[in-house]
Amino acid sequence: MSDQSAIIFNDVCRFFGDVKAVDHVDLEVKNGEFFSMLGPSGSGKTTCLRLIAGFDRPTSGQISLYGQDVSNLPPYERDVNTVFQDYALFPHMTVGENIAYGPMVKKVPKEVRIKQAEDMLELVRLPGLSERKPSQLSGGQRQRVALARALINQPRVLLLDEPLGALDLKLRQQMQIELKTLQKRVGITFIYVTHDQEEALTMSDRLAVFNQGKIEQIGTPADVYEHPTTPFVAGFVGVSNLVKGEIAQRITGLPKTFSIRPEKITLSNINTTVTDNMFAADGTVRDVVYLGLYTRYLVELDGGGDLVVIEQNLKTTSMDCLSARGNKVRLVWQRDHINLLEN
Amino acid sequence: MIKRASTYLYRHPGLVLMLLLGPPMVWMIGLYLVPLGTLLMNSFYHLDGFTGKIVHSFSFQTYAQLLEPANREIVLRTLLMAIAVTIADALLAFPLGYYMARFATARMKTFLFVAITLPLWSSYLVKVYAWRLILAKEGILTWFVDLLHLTPVLDRLLKIPVIGGPSLSLSEIGIFIAFTYVWLPYMILPIQTALERVPKSLIEASGDLGANSSMTFRKVILPLSIPGLVAGSIFTFSLTLGDFIVPLSLGNSSFFIGQAVYSHQGTSGNIPMAAAFTMGPIVIMIVYLLIAKRLGAFDAL
Repeated sequence: MSDQSAIIFNDVCRFFGDVKAVDHVDLEVKNGEFFSMLGPSGSGKTTCLRLIAGFDRPTSGQISLYGQDVSNLPPYERDVNTVFQDYALFPHMTVGENIAYGPMVKKVPKEVRIKQAEDMLELVRLPGLSERKPSQLSGGQRQRVALARALINQPRVLLLDEPLGALDLKLRQQMQIELKTLQKRVGITFIYVTHDQEEALTMSDRLAVFNQGKIEQIGTPADVYEHPTTPFVAGFVGVSNLVKGEIAQRITGLPKTFSIRPEKITLSNINTTVTDNMFAADGTVRDVVYLGLYTRYLVELDGGGDLVVIEQNLKTTSMDCLSARGNKVRLVWQRDHINLLEN
Repeated sequence: MIKRASTYLYRHPGLVLMLLLGPPMVWMIGLYLVPLGTLLMNSFYHLDGFTGKIVHSFSFQTYAQLLEPANREIVLRTLLMAIAVTIADALLAFPLGYYMARFATARMKTFLFVAITLPLWSSYLVKVYAWRLILAKEGILTWFVDLLHLTPVLDRLLKIPVIGGPSLSLSEIGIFIAFTYVWLPYMILPIQTALERVPKSLIEASGDLGANSSMTFRKVILPLSIPGLVAGSIFTFSLTLGDFIVPLSLGNSSFFIGQAVYSHQGTSGNIPMAAAFTMGPIVIMIVYLLIAKRLGAFDAL
């Protein structure tokens, strides 16, 4: 059971006129997984979510949910629930009625569903608010109510469409941890759409990076972060230096674009000897940005091109860092920290 | 100069409020509330039966007359007509408003907006007279009904007591048709606005939570459109209650409130009776709004 696929996309397309919102996507989400769809706006991630929910139908291809082809089933016949970006709470109902909406539709007796709603409010840590109207709640509280309203139906898959987008940073980070904990507790497959790479890296078991209607890479957060396979992923997930063409060839000896994370590069003295397992490039520090926890250097390479380097401020002071501007430096990094990309 | 004036106003917010609300308040109080008060006052005077003069002293005599069967019948007839017209307009307006808010493309919506409001640009009298011609015995509607071989149905309809008559243009049915037509735009626009304000995600959420279309309609769309329905019905209801042109042009000899007011204040000079009749729609509207409020129609506003 645990190895079963929750969702399979088989060559799914969704076109809006000439716009290829989802362009031949193949995807598999495992049962019980916290799976994120990461990408910039317009990359097709939300359309994929809407296809799973049934708010939209694919132009071609199949979507199956636990083995059943649901491509043409209406939303109310699918065992999935959605937490909407704007929460979509019913303004004319109380919080309790909102949460009990699913059971009410399924004709669960009133006393039973009121009790269920109370339990769900406990679960999302909002006890005693069932008589309030959604308009009387804060953004964070509405978010939890939306979550409770979806979870009360015990769906097999919970879809979350940028649910933390409207919250402030502190609350967002707190909710990230809470969501992850909640997901482990209820054991439901979560599919989480976000444009925030940090959010995706923090919470997901696996994630898919979307770009222009296609999936660029699927993998665990560590995998995607450390071994991006395309220039887009390298640039979108975290900060990356992309080194192309001649410069790349001079450094690695290979005619291939590669990416290197700024934090993997060491800023060294120009006379540093380079061992066999290292790559090196010489350049001049052009810009220094002191950021408290770390300092970001922009180094112009001698043969052309820039590299961003991040160093933690372990021993250095802001004065030390800022005075580095104009220095000739040798940049050194381990050979296995680069990622050769598909050009 | 302008800068100094605006700085002065910035420092005196009370003055800004006075400038803003002064003119409309003068209008509201002087030309609206005071006349309404005198109207109320007049309804407590009465007409001396012998001299035909108005007796300026407080009494319920005029209201006692209002409750006589003949007058009661007028109020009841008008009230029932207003209810029927409101229901018919709501039934016609809702699907159209729903289509406009949910499905129509931008172009289609503009077209419908123009189509709905266009009749409001022309005189209402012209439209009522047009209906008189359309509904006349030799009119186009009779001809069309005949074309469809439905004349027996029309005849049977006109034979129904109370609402029937010699022809459509001389019956309550005709009045009903004309009223429903002239007030329809006032029902469509508020309903359309209310439906437009229902976010699409609420409808999706309802489906997502297991409700089929009819359930979603009953539990989400309809409750959220009630403010629009109530707003529209205030128009259709009150406009029908007070109108005298449509029944005057199309009806038979049975009076509506508007006609009663018209005739009492005119030829017979019975201003107190006209005032008392006018209070009828006002009281009915107040009761209607209180019921609507009680049912939570304005909660979502």
